[in-house]
Amino acid sequence: MPNETPTAPHIASQSTISAEIAAISAQAKAATAAGAPPELQARRDYPPYRSSTLRHPTHALVKADPEEIERTSPAFGHTDVDDYEADLTVQHSGEPLGERIIVTGKVLDGEGRPVRNQLLEIWQANASGRYVHKRDQHPAPLDPNFTGVGRVITGDDGSYRLVTIKPGAYPWKNHTNAWRPAHIHFSLFGTAFTQRLVTQMYFPGDPLFALDPIYQSVVDPAAQQRMVSQYDHDVSVPEWAIGYRWNIVLTGPKQTWMEQDDDHE
Amino acid sequence: MTMSEQTPETTAVAGSVAETAPAEFVQTPSQTVGPFFGYALPYDDGGDIVNRVHPVAIRVHGRVFDGAGVGVPDALIELWQPDEFGRISDELGSRERDGYTFTGFGRTPTTRAGDYTFTTVKPGAVGGADSSAPAYALVTVFARGLLYHLFTRVYFIDEATLSDQAAFDELVEADALLKSVDPGRRATLIAVADGADSYRFDIHLQGESETVFLDFD
Ligand SMILES: [Fe+2]
Repeated sequence: MPNETPTAPHIASQSTISAEIAAISAQAKAATAAGAPPELQARRDYPPYRSSTLRHPTHALVKADPEEIERTSPAFGHTDVDDYEADLTVQHSGEPLGERIIVTGKVLDGEGRPVRNQLLEIWQANASGRYVHKRDQHPAPLDPNFTGVGRVITGDDGSYRLVTIKPGAYPWKNHTNAWRPAHIHFSLFGTAFTQRLVTQMYFPGDPLFALDPIYQSVVDPAAQQRMVSQYDHDVSVPEWAIGYRWNIVLTGPKQTWMEQDDDHE
Repeated sequence: MTMSEQTPETTAVAGSVAETAPAEFVQTPSQTVGPFFGYALPYDDGGDIVNRVHPVAIRVHGRVFDGAGVGVPDALIELWQPDEFGRISDELGSRERDGYTFTGFGRTPTTRAGDYTFTTVKPGAVGGADSSAPAYALVTVFARGLLYHLFTRVYFIDEATLSDQAAFDELVEADALLKSVDPGRRATLIAVADGADSYRFDIHLQGESETVFLDFD
């Protein structure tokens, strides 16, 4: 498999990766202190995430005015998604193992307006940290009652509500002893295609954040927090499930409201 | 961003910590689609924006390359486009194809070799037949190793125009993006006819023929 795994002699240790993360983060902090606007987005070129090395463009992106097609988005609705797809715990004959959770929130645009009737898709590992995907070789058990795929159409107020199982952390081969913090993958459409977003939702207080080059590819600490859900006791349901709240803001690829060059490249 | 853009609504969360509240309407950062989207995002007939027996169906295909010139086997490509008359669809049914309704949206993963294929129609110019601007489809690229997706456009330009410098220059003049792109890189945005009703559009994430990727603002 090309580029799948760094070859053994070149595989980095966690301390090497952590030192690289620290150096980049110190640089970004100094730039912000010197007056640079905070970086709102993940860097495409983030060397501690080894797979990004050959997969990021080296030219600056070319500025383009969105035309009508880019200012619109495909329509999704009840014909595309079944109601039961919002509950990942009822898709099989039995109940999946793990901690049942509710994840809810709103999808909003940059003005705070709801992104209504749009498609939200999620996928995730099971409670043991294993994906159903055939390329996942982690020697942790599959759960016959959990696939880990969900979909929902946002409501008129931009809201969504998913029932699932808290995913486990899992190992990967970026470096020795590399572990991804627990996360749920999200895919979202806005009202304009330029707002398209694929991201990951994390859980509060995960000790793996500091060690994870994917999480750390978002270098600004405030921006990092925008990927982290919050425990919300009002979402938890007595005797049944723990609740997390996560709002998502889709404003497109614009970096900031100020003029800014391609410093994320 | 200013304090006035904060919303009290999103901070009113029991047990929340002030600095973790998504208190402003600032964009949520992207993260890579990772390697394991294959059982979640692709769907049946995702790449068939029209049925292949559609009278003006075309094939749009290509390979996604990394900086070493190797095909990317874990990329996901999305196409969003108007129909052959330049109309933008607002029909439901992109995920659950009925084989007839044109929704304008397609999604397909790359193969082990890094190849993708869509069956679609050549997009018409939005704004009607008298528009002199060349027609294109919007292409979005997701991949493991790519922390933030990439946008590009695939332009469909007839061979007569491509082989006539004056006609090509005139067409470039009519399109703000093509005009702004380094002439040496324009070809990365143009589909190449490679057979009957077939167009090739390779995507180079990096390297000598790196595709022009777009930043909309
Ligand atoms: Fe993952």
